[in-house]
Amino acid sequence: MRRSRLILEDGTVYDGIGFGAGKESGGEIVFNTSMTGYQEILTDPSYKGEIVVMTYPTIGNYGINFDDEQSGTAQVNGFVVRELCNNPENWRSRLELEAYLHKNDIVGIAGVDTRALTKKLRKNGTMRGLISSEGSGTAQLSLKARKLPALSEQDLVREVTTQKPYQTGKAEGMRIVLIDCGAKKNIVKSLVRRKCQVIVVPAFTDAGAIMSYQPDGIMISNGPGDPGAVPYVVETVKELLGQRPIFGICLGHQILGLACGAATYKLKFGHRGANHPVRDLRSGRVYITSQNHGYAIREDSLAGLELEVTHLNVNDRTVEGLRHKKYPAFSVQYHPEAAPGPRDSHYLFDHFISLIA
Amino acid sequence: MPKRKDLKKVMVIGSGPIIIGQAAEFDYSGSQACRALKEEGIEVVLVNSNPATIMTDQNMADRVYIEPLTVDAVATILKKERPDGLLPTLGGQTGLNLAIALAEAGYLKEFEIELLGTPLETIRQAEDRQTFKDLMDKIGEPVLNSRIAENITEAREIAAEIGFPVIIRPAFTMGGTGGGLVEDVEQLEEVAVRGFKHSLIGQILIEKSIKGWKEIEYEVMRDQNDNCIIVCNMENFDPVGVHTGDSIVIAPSQTLSDREYQMLRSASLKIIRALGIEGGCNVQFALNPASFQYYVIEVNPRVSRSSALASKATGYPIAKVSARIALGYSLDEIANAVTRKTTACFEPALDYVVFKIPRWPFDKFHSADRGLGTQMKATGEVMAIERTVEGAMLKAVRSLEIGINGLCLESLAALTEQEIEQKLAAVDDERLFIIAEALRRGKKVDEIQRLTGISSFFIHKIKQIVRYEQKISSDLTPEILSEAKQLGFADRELATLSGKPEDQIRELRNRLGIKPVYKMVDTCAAEFEAETPYYYSTYERTDESSVSEQAKVLVLGSGPIRIGQGIEFDYCSVHSAWSLREEGLESIIVNNNPETVSTDFDTSDRLYFEPLTKEDVLNIIEQEKPAGVVVQFGGQTAINLAKPLFDQGVKILGTPVEAIDLAEDRDKFVALLRQLKIPCPEGYSASEPKEAVAIAAKIGYPVLIRPSYVLGGRAMEVVYNRSELIQYMQAANRVNPGYPLLIDQYLEGMEIEVDAISDGEDVFIPGIMEHIERAGVHSGDSIAVYPARQLDPKLKKTLIDYTIKLARALRIEGMVNIQFVIAGGRVYVLEVNPRSSRTIPFLSKVTGVPMVKLATKAMLGRKLKDLGYRTGLLPEKTYQAVKVPVFSFSKLTEVDTGLGPEMKSTGEVMGIDNSYEKALYKGFVAAGINLPATGTILVTVADRDKEEVVNYIKEFTRLGFKIIATSGTATVLKAVGLPAEQVKKLSEGNPNIIDYLKENRINLVINTLNKGKKPASDGFKIRRYAVEMGVPCLTSLDTTRAVLNVLKSLKKGVPINCRALQDY
Repeated sequence: MRRSRLILEDGTVYDGIGFGAGKESGGEIVFNTSMTGYQEILTDPSYKGEIVVMTYPTIGNYGINFDDEQSGTAQVNGFVVRELCNNPENWRSRLELEAYLHKNDIVGIAGVDTRALTKKLRKNGTMRGLISSEGSGTAQLSLKARKLPALSEQDLVREVTTQKPYQTGKAEGMRIVLIDCGAKKNIVKSLVRRKCQVIVVPAFTDAGAIMSYQPDGIMISNGPGDPGAVPYVVETVKELLGQRPIFGICLGHQILGLACGAATYKLKFGHRGANHPVRDLRSGRVYITSQNHGYAIREDSLAGLELEVTHLNVNDRTVEGLRHKKYPAFSVQYHPEAAPGPRDSHYLFDHFISLIA
Repeated sequence: MPKRKDLKKVMVIGSGPIIIGQAAEFDYSGSQACRALKEEGIEVVLVNSNPATIMTDQNMADRVYIEPLTVDAVATILKKERPDGLLPTLGGQTGLNLAIALAEAGYLKEFEIELLGTPLETIRQAEDRQTFKDLMDKIGEPVLNSRIAENITEAREIAAEIGFPVIIRPAFTMGGTGGGLVEDVEQLEEVAVRGFKHSLIGQILIEKSIKGWKEIEYEVMRDQNDNCIIVCNMENFDPVGVHTGDSIVIAPSQTLSDREYQMLRSASLKIIRALGIEGGCNVQFALNPASFQYYVIEVNPRVSRSSALASKATGYPIAKVSARIALGYSLDEIANAVTRKTTACFEPALDYVVFKIPRWPFDKFHSADRGLGTQMKATGEVMAIERTVEGAMLKAVRSLEIGINGLCLESLAALTEQEIEQKLAAVDDERLFIIAEALRRGKKVDEIQRLTGISSFFIHKIKQIVRYEQKISSDLTPEILSEAKQLGFADRELATLSGKPEDQIRELRNRLGIKPVYKMVDTCAAEFEAETPYYYSTYERTDESSVSEQAKVLVLGSGPIRIGQGIEFDYCSVHSAWSLREEGLESIIVNNNPETVSTDFDTSDRLYFEPLTKEDVLNIIEQEKPAGVVVQFGGQTAINLAKPLFDQGVKILGTPVEAIDLAEDRDKFVALLRQLKIPCPEGYSASEPKEAVAIAAKIGYPVLIRPSYVLGGRAMEVVYNRSELIQYMQAANRVNPGYPLLIDQYLEGMEIEVDAISDGEDVFIPGIMEHIERAGVHSGDSIAVYPARQLDPKLKKTLIDYTIKLARALRIEGMVNIQFVIAGGRVYVLEVNPRSSRTIPFLSKVTGVPMVKLATKAMLGRKLKDLGYRTGLLPEKTYQAVKVPVFSFSKLTEVDTGLGPEMKSTGEVMGIDNSYEKALYKGFVAAGINLPATGTILVTVADRDKEEVVNYIKEFTRLGFKIIATSGTATVLKAVGLPAEQVKKLSEGNPNIIDYLKENRINLVINTLNKGKKPASDGFKIRRYAVEMGVPCLTSLDTTRAVLNVLKSLKKGVPINCRALQDY
């Protein structure tokens, strides 16, 4: 048992038990309210740069399997739980959570009053913090936390995007180029399941190179950090707009917005969970969505643009979906590919494909 | 879609009496619905036969009918009230079935009443196995196919088609015997042959075995815009095979990955959409623990026990939202009552673990089969909330009030290894403790998993607790103490394990600063600010209970529903909390029963969902610092806490603790009665059998006997002679100085019950009730009549006089309940309860006196005379009301249905009308006793009753009934010239009495108890078969006389009317 601490930039200290990697690690602290899906969360590249707090108090119950990873490795900068379960039970479990974090060099801390921490983040907004098992003084560590780079100052997409293009799916299927800003595997799977050929390209691929694949449609994936930190993807999308149907998810949605002239802003503590209600403004129907974002499209920046708001968050009325008025391009702030979370919005992939056909 | 404008008046159907399988959860859902409807300006018509409910209060609905839940009665009400709509999905299966029957009988069409919420077609589709299966096939959701075989060849063919292993169940049996799991053809033949024999209709059902699969439930909501959400999912501790009502349930699921969680979630949404349900629905799945394979086991197209649990587990009020959906709202138009910032269209996120354990009646029914299976046996349940599985489990265990505070069940220590293994393999109510015992003895987790089919995840949690038991026993260091508290160990358990007194543990804890904090249940895992004060304790860092500065009072609830402590006490707790509010005080409720109205977070100002133990309650008191604690409304649970809390310096409101003590202490109480010159039955205690025989001889038979300390044996009984006494003592197996036997004179007279309210000066008596059954039948099992009919003014005066004297002598402030017996023209006191009794809701309703409110105010120091009440009896009403007990015998095999001093009923109904006979008739009908107008009566009575029964038989014969009797009774009847066909006893060959019952040739049974209520006796079998065949069986001649009266008045053809309480 290794004592460890979580130190916030304001000096608050949470004592706990370290698990996983023994190193010190910092990042923006965010909370996720999903009750299942910790493996998908750990491996979602959108969490790059962030320390994730799970609000559900016992984590690790069903272990780690080989199928549910959303990328090749665990991506979070740190993992905070109330209780770590070391006796998982599930037929697909191959590894305990603790061993998995070890293997992937991720720092975890257990025994934290995660509810108190969540309330703090809700009240004060997202904060930076450090997980450390070193004996250094609190003041010193919180200073260190304050000096951590802000998300907006980092190009995290470059860290998680594929370095080389690759393709998957049936060659004879519809060809989709996926701009990988940190794409979750289930986006690719959702396309492949619909008999698409998917060409995954690095986020820094330019429009010309993308068009050279002669795609039938283009997707912009989810990804970490501030959309303002990836102007090069925004430029690419600007050029692609109107050429082929485009579908953006999460960061991809923000990028589509920016490419059309909208502005983004940082939410106080973001939306991370599997229970966010979103209203489709055209049908009036509400869908329960899976979400993971700290930034959002500024609704008042849309005036006079060629963009129409198609979806709104029922809780805080933030923009959850956009549609281009002229071109076949649309995007959603949430995760239709689920994993983790409800599968209610899988139909958006069908919608995308219908735009192509 | 906004609210519909065309609905002005809506009827809500309740679920009737509390029976096993249908308990207080429907008072909770019905009350929520009534309130939601009233908030929308709808005129509410409510019908329910159960008076012990909040929903039948006059402020809950504009028109309250306490009438039988039969098609005839409800149709009469519909005709009279002409509501625009009928809301059928909130009254359990009873309400749903009744709505279907009303629709099928054409009444809804005739009176132009719309079925609100879920369409009739949907209800039919979900309820009918075949149409449900067809629908599931259509949408591609797998269901288990159960097929019928009528001979062995068919059975072989079906089994081969389904594939082994298969489950075989005889169709329609006595108590579900004769089935089983078969692995191959050979076993199939054996079990099938047995099954055909056991089945009353010669059929067996064969289905695929899914033994050992996980059982998972989803609570789903849908509105007419097709918006669908999951309120909660739940995982059963027990694998498939145990009724969900008898299962330990954990929310949310623990061992499902997101893939599995979402797979079943999607299936649930698909099902609710295919069915077109508008409102709440419960879907149960069986999930293969080794693949993604699953089956839909059951769908309930209505609110249910599980939805009440899910509401309490999440803070999401399913019934309230369902009612609003029925009025036309969509989910996103309904506010989230907890956060008030978000809507009902979201899925609650839990940041705690919820643990539910059923409460079984095996402490009352020793002879009952404790095995758990497809027939539910629990009467109630407890729920606990904590941040860990272990903590929630331990809290739930101590909420059960079964005399243990952790996972150590002493009696298991004596078992052999082999017995432990057998017990692990057989599912019964003690399995949590058996698993712990097996782990204590070093049995491996995977071995236990193999034997029980329970997920190793849960077994590991129990192991963690066992591991700490050992740590605590060896050395309770401050560190271990802190860890143990975080794991959920009670001080009492720590005391037992460490050999220190409980108070010392508490002191030590306080000194070390190891104290609980309180966290909020907020539906959203702290993502949004919540305003609803719904709390649970945990040993963590930050407290968030934000205690107010206002003066406040704590009301102790009554815990799980069990025989002897039912929904009546929840009714009282709720009213007490409301009255505190009325007095400008903040009300705080502590309770752990998820089914109830008291644990609805808007009943009190603050709700603590916690066990009702000294430690847990003291912790809350230290946190809240209330001005006082109310102990009079939470039944024995709350009263038992009075002294321990008082000893810790807590102010108990109302009647002083010494007086409570005095009423409970037999010797002190008898001394008081003597001093007041109030007679009571003569009684002594015996330390050995010889002494007992001598005492009984001195008092004179019959005598009432009971052990002073009940230990797994039988309890109270009336014995009529020496040999019965000896037989009792042999069976009790233990009469010695350590466990003396109490022997009382048994006064065979009329039992009278009085509830009174006192402020310390005035003693106000709202009513005197008379019991139809003579003393000797537990008051809770007797039919109570208000106003009493057989009392002359002199007796009445004596009763009033004694009540006033006793209330003053005991310095009662609040409620008092006194049981009297009148024998030989003399009034004796049997028992005084310095608390509210189970007759309070009934009496409040029939007299219109707000009894709990008055008592609560009296406790706070208000004077009755200032509230408009004076010493004495309230002038009696001109109408008549009866309270009829309801039993759940068909659910509990091996239990004798004969009435005696031990309470057996689970619920009650009320009959009210202008005449006694009509009220009684309504009571019988509401209790489900199908009184035959003609037919055959089987009479077989104890020798002592033979003379009396003759008079009644004469009259039954005159009414046209045919009489069948066994030799002894028949001889007596023939001797007085009554024609009676003689039937063989069981020992006399066939066809015998049981054959007659089986062949449906009997319409009514009159059977009084002989000695030795052994399952082997003829009487026992007759009574059991009557239950299984649904034939009314009267085990008391008093009830027989009452039935006779009703039948006589029915013969005259008196019309039965229904009248709202508001019109009396």
